[in-house]
Amino acid sequence: MAEFFAIYVWPALIIAGQSVLLMAVLLVIIAFLLYADRKIWAAVQMRRGPNVVGPFGLLQSFADFIKFICKEPVIPSAANKGVFLLAPIVTTLLALSAWAVMPLGKWIDGTTLVVADINVGILYIFAISSLGVYGVIMGGWASNSKYAFLGALRSAAQMVSYEVSIGFVIITVLLCVGSLNLTDIVAAQESGLASRLGIPWASFLNWFWLPLFPMFVVFFISALAETNRPPFDLPEAESELVAGFMVEYSSTPYLLFMLGEYVAIVLMCALITTLFLGGWMAPLDIPPFTWVPGLFWFILKVCFVFFMISMVKAMVPRYRYDQLMRLGWKVFLPLSLFMVAAVAFVLQIMGWAP
Amino acid sequence: MTVASLFFYLFSVVLVGAAFMVISARNPVHAVLFLILAFFNAAGLFLLLGAEFLAMILVIVYVGAVAVLFLFVVMMLDVDFTELKQGFLQYLPIGGLIGILLFIELVMVLGAWTIAPEIVRVVDAPVIAGIENTEAIGRLMYTKYVYLFQAAGMVLLVAMIGAIVLTLHHKPNVKRQNISDQVARDPKTAVELKDIKPGQGV
Repeated sequence: MAEFFAIYVWPALIIAGQSVLLMAVLLVIIAFLLYADRKIWAAVQMRRGPNVVGPFGLLQSFADFIKFICKEPVIPSAANKGVFLLAPIVTTLLALSAWAVMPLGKWIDGTTLVVADINVGILYIFAISSLGVYGVIMGGWASNSKYAFLGALRSAAQMVSYEVSIGFVIITVLLCVGSLNLTDIVAAQESGLASRLGIPWASFLNWFWLPLFPMFVVFFISALAETNRPPFDLPEAESELVAGFMVEYSSTPYLLFMLGEYVAIVLMCALITTLFLGGWMAPLDIPPFTWVPGLFWFILKVCFVFFMISMVKAMVPRYRYDQLMRLGWKVFLPLSLFMVAAVAFVLQIMGWAP
Repeated sequence: MTVASLFFYLFSVVLVGAAFMVISARNPVHAVLFLILAFFNAAGLFLLLGAEFLAMILVIVYVGAVAVLFLFVVMMLDVDFTELKQGFLQYLPIGGLIGILLFIELVMVLGAWTIAPEIVRVVDAPVIAGIENTEAIGRLMYTKYVYLFQAAGMVLLVAMIGAIVLTLHHKPNVKRQNISDQVARDPKTAVELKDIKPGQGV
């Protein structure tokens, strides 16, 4: 019996505890990121933004949360009830489950701070984020409304198109790493351009954003399109489709859609951090920076990428649908395909291939 | 390993149940959703086999791309169910025959029966120790069978070009946006100022 506990029960409890802790911290951080998003948006437009609930409006997200769950969920009479309620759950569940493999930092003893360190981590995240489209399609179809259905159709085409270029960008990074494990991807950025130039303390030059800069830009823009973030928020385009696939949703189901969307956005920020910005590593490899734990740097980098994403939302007007498709298929796809070949060629010629 | 066998039965039962629901569901969209559930459980079985690369590729390719397009098409169809159900009994014998044939073939492949005993049995092919299955697949496809792989790629390319050629129609009256033309326009060529006297119009 003791053996049974040691083999099955305790590991299961430990994994469950880690997952709950990660989810709780993640959701609290997202509550404040949502507030930050609205504040940044407001500041760009010279408004005040949320400033009533709590000091500086800091508790606005929690007030919104309570409001959402206290309202009545309205289900359209002709809706397909099961699929209608399943859709927001699918969206949130998928967005949250992708976080299981994200390496967040290092313990003092050198082990990675991650719930599941699987050796196809990047493929797992790519698979899970490509499933995010199902929440949108199911919600749009089950609502039995024309606006919602049009939003779902747009979303299906948009997310499938931009997945292709995201896949090629990931392949270029993998060519430089030689492993599908996310921890290995971060570890591969420990040495690089800066150590070749003879300035090993400038470790921010080692990260992949510099040698793979075009791919960094392509990935950033594709991440916006993949998460239905402005300027690519055509599935919910308020000015033409009212609220797109979410038009019939209210109360907690709507909250779940909103939450899933933001979790997916922060996941993309974390993925950009891991692939291009050196994950948990300090930007300068000299004492005052290396004393700070890696988790802090990781969160700081994620917040930086999130700041860029919310500035894009504030500054850039929404794309037209044909321009969106043109960008995805005629600009990003050839560019990323060319870069895959070019990077493989350079790695092979110079003998840098891992 | 009891947990692994527990998960095996979980995945298998859900897989078979979902596959049955694919053909018995009345609503085609529900059928596609059950198909996606079946894909998921098949990926779970791959994971249990230790083929995590195949599991992820199954989810990415089939669930993430193919099933999305399936759903896309099925959602827009206007299917008449009574008409579909009419031919059911008529096709039942031949459908059942094909099912039985497939089943016998599977039993032959996986069972003890072999055509030539001297051939090493494929099902028992061992995984080389110390190599991840991603690398093992890479070695097989890109090193050992690289020419066959390239040939398969060429066939797919030809099929793709063929599909485009068959469906592409150049309509004469469609206005298209030429972005470089738009960017190259400047106020000198695009704007004309006219001095108009009040009350006359242009």
